Amino acid sequence: MLELHDLNLRIAELTLVDGLNLQLRAGELHVIIGPNGTGKTSLLRALFGELPLARGAVRLRGTPMTPRNLPTWRQGIGYMPQNTQLDLDLSALEVVVLGRLQRLSMRLSDDDLCAALEALQALDIAHLADRPVHTLSGGQRQMVLFAQVLLRQPQLMLLDEPVSALDLKHQMQLMEHLKAQTIGQGWISVAVLHDLNLAAQFADQLIVLGEGRLQAFGPPAQVLTRELIHRLYHVPVDVHQDLDGLPYVRTLRASRPTPSERLAA
Amino acid sequence: MTDTTATPDLGTQVLQRQRRRETSRWRWLALFVGLSLCSLMLDVATGPSLLALGDVVRTLVAPAAADPMTRAIVMDMRLPIALMALVVGAALGLGGVQMQTLLDNPLASPYTLGLAAAAGFGAALALVTGGLGLPSLVAIPVGAFVFCMLAASFLFGLALMRHVNSQTIILAGIALLFLFQSLLSLLQFLSSPELNQQIIFWLFGSLMRTTWPMLWITAGVTLVCALLLHRDAWQLTCLRLGEARARSLGVNVTRLRLKTLVLVALMTATAISFVGIIGFIGLVSPHIARMQVGEDQRFLIPQSALCGALMLSVASVLSKSIVPGALFPIGIVTALIGVPFMVWLILGNRKRGHA
Repeated sequence: MLELHDLNLRIAELTLVDGLNLQLRAGELHVIIGPNGTGKTSLLRALFGELPLARGAVRLRGTPMTPRNLPTWRQGIGYMPQNTQLDLDLSALEVVVLGRLQRLSMRLSDDDLCAALEALQALDIAHLADRPVHTLSGGQRQMVLFAQVLLRQPQLMLLDEPVSALDLKHQMQLMEHLKAQTIGQGWISVAVLHDLNLAAQFADQLIVLGEGRLQAFGPPAQVLTRELIHRLYHVPVDVHQDLDGLPYVRTLRASRPTPSERLAA
Repeated sequence: MTDTTATPDLGTQVLQRQRRRETSRWRWLALFVGLSLCSLMLDVATGPSLLALGDVVRTLVAPAAADPMTRAIVMDMRLPIALMALVVGAALGLGGVQMQTLLDNPLASPYTLGLAAAAGFGAALALVTGGLGLPSLVAIPVGAFVFCMLAASFLFGLALMRHVNSQTIILAGIALLFLFQSLLSLLQFLSSPELNQQIIFWLFGSLMRTTWPMLWITAGVTLVCALLLHRDAWQLTCLRLGEARARSLGVNVTRLRLKTLVLVALMTATAISFVGIIGFIGLVSPHIARMQVGEDQRFLIPQSALCGALMLSVASVLSKSIVPGALFPIGIVTALIGVPFMVWLILGNRKRGHA
């Protein structure tokens, strides 16, 4: 369990999130949504210990995060920052194998290389193994970096917009894998997503941030309402339910009446 | 879900290709060791009295059996200088590659960050003040070393501060470069023409002052620092993925940055304080090494050192043979061959599509 107690996040005197209390369970995928600039990335950075807390406490399985225990704290975390810039002459396999940094010896063992290759295969991108990463597309780099995080075998997974550059197929592949591993390995997974439908489809719990505080926390079916989305994003939407009872969001052009309005007319 | 079991032949293929990449990097290292040794022989052979390569090799292998005249030239005069070229070149190459890794900038080197300028000022100050009673052979290196480390510790301080990124350090380094250059100009402006002549001579950089003790000190410091740097090869490779990502892989970026800066400063300060300012090696050799062995620091560290060693050794040969009988200061030669080379590198990179 990851416990956030009365968290206050600030960047240069600007409070992004205040009074954040959350309990995130192992084996569940938590998705953070919210408009731009509401502290989604900052929350991940704070959980990784990269952004000092202005106030509050974070505990992972009872152990609090302190400035002193940061190196140990980070060992249990797989953190994938948003930036996927990788302009260097290493093969994709070599980049992935760095996920095992703590265990690498001067000679790369077959064992380490096989683990890296398996991570690539699990994501169906083993054919990229020998490509220099600076020749890969943004989406391919994102998949490679996700494979690298997988190799860390973390307790807590923090992913900042992991599908931002991916096509539909790879979005599904990454999310499916993340979901399966979260359940299978008992990870506490937290991902920032902008696609509300993808979030609704995969999240066990949604964390909705906006206007400087937590707006809602709970399963997508309860949280994702027309009112909430309209209030936060100022965009007219319709929220429908699919056959599994999961909500899906349809945006509407502001100038046109909503389908329900049209029906009423 | 995709199939997660490794198909044996794809796995073996990928593994084999990885091993092949590593073998090819080993070959580059071996080639440059060979070239450096050849250049060393050539360096010992060239000079006012040209020796036959065969004589040089025989004297080096069995000094006792050699002709006393040849032995004196080889062992006492030319060998320490030729070895110093290799050692200083290696130190500058290592310094360059780590500055570039650390600051994530292809233009970083001990020279561009003002360390060399600080050493130059320190040496000039020692000359102007008469070395505070110390013999000038001791006072000049000590002055250069002290000021080089002073400038470096300013950079250490910055590296330790939170929220200071690479660009701030580079800007501070360039500021240091200008500061020490103008302080040096001030000293030159104030001092007598004779003293000025000595300062300028030191600034050119020269291996001719090398003695065996100087060589041992420089070689010892360089070797120890190189081994310590190489122990962090994986962490330094991670750093090239970006600081946030390196941190996410468990690298203590602040500690690594400080440790590497200290090692680089020690190596550079030692080398510069004995031979004066030699530019361009630190800037260019990492780029050549990177083209050959890529970004894997296990290979990039030794290859940069070898490239630097080879370049300075070749420069040393050229400095003696461009005009027969005349000896050009080596600092001038490195820049003269370094500049066209760098232009070629930049243009070549642009052609390949990532400049």
